[in-house]
Amino acid sequence: MISYLLRRLLGAIPLLLGILTLIFFIINIAPGDPTARYFNPNVAPEVIEQMRRNLGLDRPLHIQYFSWLRSFATGDFGHSFGQMRPISEILPIVLWNTIQLMLVAVVMIFVLGMLIGILQAVRQYSAADNVLTVIALFFYSMPSFWLALMLILVFSLKASQWGWPIQFPASQMTSVGYEFMGAGEQLTDRLMHMAMPALALGIGSAAGIARYMRGSMLEVIHQDYIRTARAKGLSERTVIFKHALRNALIPIITLLGLYLPVVMSGSVVVETIFAWPGMGRLIVDSIFQRDYPLVMATSFIAAALVVLGNLVADVLYAVVDPRIRTD
Amino acid sequence: MVQSPADLEFSPPEPVAGVAPAAGARGRTPVSTGHLVLSAVLPGAGHIVRGEWVGGAMLGFTWASLLAVLFLTWDRVAAVFTGPRVPVDGALAVGTIAVLLAGTWAWSLYDLAVRAKRPVRKYGDSQWAIAGRHFKRNRMAMAGLMVMLILYAVTLLTPLIAPYDPTAQGNIVETRYLSPSFEHPMGTDKFGRDVFSRVLYGSRISLTIGFIAVGLGVVIGGAVGAIAGYFGRWTDTVLMRFTDMMLSFPRLILLIVIIALFEPTIWLVVFVLGLTGWMSVARIVRGEVLSLRGREFVQAAKVLGMSDSRIITRHILPNTLAPVIVYATLGIGTTILIEATLSFLGLGVQPPTPSWGNMIADGRDALLTAWWISTFPGLAIVLTVTAFNLLGDGLRDALDPRLRT
Repeated sequence: MISYLLRRLLGAIPLLLGILTLIFFIINIAPGDPTARYFNPNVAPEVIEQMRRNLGLDRPLHIQYFSWLRSFATGDFGHSFGQMRPISEILPIVLWNTIQLMLVAVVMIFVLGMLIGILQAVRQYSAADNVLTVIALFFYSMPSFWLALMLILVFSLKASQWGWPIQFPASQMTSVGYEFMGAGEQLTDRLMHMAMPALALGIGSAAGIARYMRGSMLEVIHQDYIRTARAKGLSERTVIFKHALRNALIPIITLLGLYLPVVMSGSVVVETIFAWPGMGRLIVDSIFQRDYPLVMATSFIAAALVVLGNLVADVLYAVVDPRIRTD
Repeated sequence: MVQSPADLEFSPPEPVAGVAPAAGARGRTPVSTGHLVLSAVLPGAGHIVRGEWVGGAMLGFTWASLLAVLFLTWDRVAAVFTGPRVPVDGALAVGTIAVLLAGTWAWSLYDLAVRAKRPVRKYGDSQWAIAGRHFKRNRMAMAGLMVMLILYAVTLLTPLIAPYDPTAQGNIVETRYLSPSFEHPMGTDKFGRDVFSRVLYGSRISLTIGFIAVGLGVVIGGAVGAIAGYFGRWTDTVLMRFTDMMLSFPRLILLIVIIALFEPTIWLVVFVLGLTGWMSVARIVRGEVLSLRGREFVQAAKVLGMSDSRIITRHILPNTLAPVIVYATLGIGTTILIEATLSFLGLGVQPPTPSWGNMIADGRDALLTAWWISTFPGLAIVLTVTAFNLLGDGLRDALDPRLRT
C-alpha cells in the first residue's frame, strides 16, 4: 500500500513539471509581455526597457525558464501587477473559497448521481427509469452558464418580484452583515449563497455520474452472488446497499479523477456569473488584465489541484479495491 | 443439449439471401405503374395509397414544406441571383433546397420501385450493416438523428427563412426589448434586433465549429494514439505521459489562457479547440491498437513486408473506427458547449456576429426585464447538444457488440 502510494506520488512530479513547462511556453509564445499593460504615449521607451530589465525579461529564455521553475518550486509566485501585492498573499483566501464551492459541488454530484443511478438500475426499464434518463440527458446537455443565469432569473430575480418565501442571493458569498451574525446564521448564510452556484456547477456532472452508476449497478445486480444474497433471504435494502453497492462503487471512484477537471473548468464560468471570489474568477480577471504572474500562478494551481484530486482518487481506489494494491 | 432428429426437423428454415418470400419483398404488395405515377406527381402519395402511412406522410410533408419555403421566400431566392454579386450563403441555401427537393422526389420513387423488389437480408451482413439495423430500431437515437438533420437543414436555409436581418437595428427606441409576439417569435434584444433571426444565424457557428474542431482533434488523437500503441516502448511512454498532462489541465482554463493572450478570432478558437480535444481519442485509439497489434492479420501484413505506415493506416486504423466515431459524436456536443462558454466570456465569436454564447451574454444585463434574450439561445444549445448526445449514445449501443441485447 505504502509503495503504491509512493509510486503514485512520484508519478505526479513529472506531471506537474510538464504542466509548468506548458504554461511557461504558452505565455512566452503569445505576443506581448508583462510590460504591455504599461504601454502608453506618456511612458518613455527607456522606462519600459528598464522595467523589462528589472523583471528579468531581457535574459535568454532558458535562464528565465529555470529561474521561474526554481521560484515556483520554493513557493514564490511573484507579485501580481494588477493587485500590487504578493501572489502568495492572494492565493490562500481565493483558493479556500474555490475549494469550499468545489467540495460542496463534488459531494452533491456524487451523492445525487449515485442515488439516481441506483434508483434507475433497481427499477430498470420502468417509467421512472425512462423519465430520469431523459431528464439526466437534458441536464447533461445544458451549458452550466445558461443554467446559472436561469437559476438567477427564477430563484433570485423573479422570486423577489413574485414575493416567494425563499429567495436565493444571486452574487457574492456572504450577505452584507455577515461579520455580525452568529455562527449558525453564518453557516445558513453561506449555504444559501452556495446553493445556486453549486447546483449550476454540479448538475450536469451529476447526470453523467448517474448514467455510469446505472450501468455499473446493472452489471453487478445480475451477478450470481447477488442472487445468493437474495436466496439467503436478506432484505432487498441490504442486498442493494450492502452487497451490490460496494462493488458497483469501484468504477465510480475513478470518475472522480475524470470529473475534477470538468468541475474546475466549470467553476471558472460559474464563479464569474455569481461573483464568487474564488480562483476561477481570479483567472478570468487576471487574464483580461494581462496580469501575467497571476495568470501563471492561478492556472498552475488549478492544474495542480486536479493532479492532487487524481491522487486522492487513486488512493480511494486502492482502499476500496484490494486488487490494485497488490500488483 | 442433444438434438433429436425431431428437433432438427422442426427447426425453422433459414431465410436464404436472394430468394424473395412469396408475398412480395418486405411483405409489401407489388408496385403498379399507377403508384409510381402518383409518387412522381406528389412524392409519398404512392406510399400512402399502398398503406405505408408513416413513410409516405414524412416524404410528402418534407416535399410540401420545402416547396412552401421556396415559394414563400421567392423574393429572396430571386434576389440571390439578380444582385450585383451572388452571396455564398444565399447560393448555398438555394442549392440546399434544390438538392433536398430532388432528393425527396428521387427517394420516393426509388423506395417504391427498386427497394420494394429487393428481399430483406437477415444474415451474413457486415459489422456496419448489423450496427445500422440496431441503430434504426433505437427510437431515441433516430429522434436525435432527425433533429440533427433538421437543424443542419435549417442552418443551411437560414438566409431564406430568417424573418429579419440579424444585425439590423431599426428604430431602437420603439423596437427594443419587445416581448415574444407574432412578429418577433422570440422577442427583440437591447438593440431592437430580432432574437429569432439571431438564433437562426447563430446556429451556423455552433454547428460548424463542433464538426471542424472535433475533426481536428480526431486526426491528432488518432495519429498520437496509433503511433504510441503501435511502436510501444519509450514512444508510448513519452506520448502517453504528455497525454496525461494535457488531460489533467482543466480544458477551459487552457483555452481561456491561450485565446485571451492571442487575438480571439473564430479560426483561433476552432484550432485551439481541436488542439485541446485530442487526448481522449488518443487513449481510445491506443487501447484498440494495443489489442490489434498482435493479431494474425497484422503479423501477416508485416510478413508481407508492408511498411509501418501502411499497416497502421490501412490495416489497424480502420478497425479502431467504431469507438472513435462514437466519441466524436459525443465530442461534438461537448465542443458546442465549450464554444458557447467561450463566446459567453467574450473570447469566442465577437459581436455583432451572433452566436448562441454571445447572445446569452447579451441578455445577461437585462435578465429581469427581457428574459427571452438569454433563454432562447440557451434552449437552442440544449436542443442541439441533446440531439448529438442521443445520436452518440445510439451509435455506441449499435457499434459495441457487448451492449447489444
